[in-house]
Amino acid sequence: MINTKINIAGVEFQNPIMEASGTFGSGMEYSEFVDLNKLGAVVTKGVANVPWPGNPTPRIAEVSSGMLNAIGLQNPGVEVFCERDLKFLEQYKDTRVLVNVCGHSAEEYIEVVDRLAEESRVDMLEINISCPNVKEGGIAFGQDPKAVEEITRLVKKHAKQPIVMKLSPNVTDIKVMAKAAEAGGADAISLINTLTGMKIDVERQSFVLANKTGGMSGPAVHPIAVRMVYECANTVNIPIIGMGGISTWEDAVEMMLAGATAVSVGTANFYNPTATTDILNGVIEYLERKNIDDINDIIGIVK
Amino acid sequence: MKVKETAEIISIENLAEGIYSMHLSTKASEYALPGQFINIFSNDGSKLLPRPISICEIDKNGGTLRVVYRVVGKGTAEFSKLQAGDTVEVMGPLGNGFPLEEQDAIVVGGGIGVPPMLELAKQLKGKVTAVLGYRTDDLFLADNFIDAADEVIFATDDGTAGIHGTVVDAMKEKDLSAGVIYACGPKPMLRGVAEYAATKGIKCYVSMEERMACGVGACLGCVCQSTELDDHSHVNNKRVCKDGPVFLSTEVVL
Repeated sequence: MINTKINIAGVEFQNPIMEASGTFGSGMEYSEFVDLNKLGAVVTKGVANVPWPGNPTPRIAEVSSGMLNAIGLQNPGVEVFCERDLKFLEQYKDTRVLVNVCGHSAEEYIEVVDRLAEESRVDMLEINISCPNVKEGGIAFGQDPKAVEEITRLVKKHAKQPIVMKLSPNVTDIKVMAKAAEAGGADAISLINTLTGMKIDVERQSFVLANKTGGMSGPAVHPIAVRMVYECANTVNIPIIGMGGISTWEDAVEMMLAGATAVSVGTANFYNPTATTDILNGVIEYLERKNIDDINDIIGIVK
Repeated sequence: MKVKETAEIISIENLAEGIYSMHLSTKASEYALPGQFINIFSNDGSKLLPRPISICEIDKNGGTLRVVYRVVGKGTAEFSKLQAGDTVEVMGPLGNGFPLEEQDAIVVGGGIGVPPMLELAKQLKGKVTAVLGYRTDDLFLADNFIDAADEVIFATDDGTAGIHGTVVDAMKEKDLSAGVIYACGPKPMLRGVAEYAATKGIKCYVSMEERMACGVGACLGCVCQSTELDDHSHVNNKRVCKDGPVFLSTEVVL
């Protein structure tokens, strides 16, 4: 019997396969395709203190082996989220729940963190300081190491659950940001959020996205994500949730070999609604084939 | 559980310039309703996102769906080159279809908004007047509508067939009236039809379009502005894929 359990900051996950925030809602829509109880965790779409309308449309553009999105963190706000989404997730006892938290200011993050402190269904918080599609907050916190450290420290002071700081790849050196999060008291880090991109319609001679720029995701960004996870794993001592273009079990194993304790599947859900469980099955088969009886034994072994 | 499945192309036909018709053998035909759509996936792995395409005809007994689409990019160009016997991955049926009201109806289609109105025209029980708008006299699906509807009115942008002008011009010229109007087409057309319906005091359903990713309501990519709070985020943004694509014309901002 292979052990697939992993542990991050004292929280035990039945396996390391999660889905990436923003690609899966709170699991409701995809629960018609996959058994959420099979996942290591459900990572929710970003939640703010109040409802956010998000950006104008078009919000989606396809690029070669990837896509751009500029949703702008549309969400119903933390009250509706707690009453509806967390209640829905109650029924999935085997899976952990990570709530992604967003805000325009430190105060807004704290308001959400304080509200979620009362919720027993929330196992961990993922603090989104890296969304490229909102003007204030989001990425503004994630591109300055001082700001990363400060917001981490502040959130940590308020949070009742362990906190994961979600880092942006849109920086010169992601190791600096990882160190800043660790210094601020983060229990873990997750990376990468999307890479800022742009697509221009040559016939119309205009931007495809109403927001002009959008976050790029999908298989095309995977090698960048692997490199960044590897760099961070060799820089900090806190666990890493790795993500970025994971669409096959090979991608997931690669990310774990690079140093990720867990992995998130994002864009792949859009073209393969059972990507998460397909990847989990593939990883288990790999471990069997390699005679590895504990999944923890592959984390960060490629140096 | 819902699934993504492999569908076989039964036949493919070029109906007009850049317009293709495809019959697919798919389980989605068992549950499909007029106005719903299916996601069709490219066989080229570098094109990740599904193409949402409206359902033109449903054959429950034969187990097939007919889709009629315009080549607008690389994905639809790839589909246009498929041949009978080839397969594509599909997911569906998705979204909410047109509510079938038991009264006389006007079904309005413009351009590539014409195809989804065909199955609707076939399933409606009352008298059906179809108003179909095209750029030129390349009137694809005209014969099918003549069979399915009680009356068919054509309008063309260049005046080469039917009434010279838009579908709204045609509706005004004929002073059409009915218990309900259903429409699919470009946004300016939907706006015109909705205004016409409002003036006449007729209930009107419109089918909306937006760039999509997931197609199941999770990613929030394809929202349209709504006049009332949406159920998901409570911010007047209804999801075209999940809450629509069919809305009451008074429900959305056109």
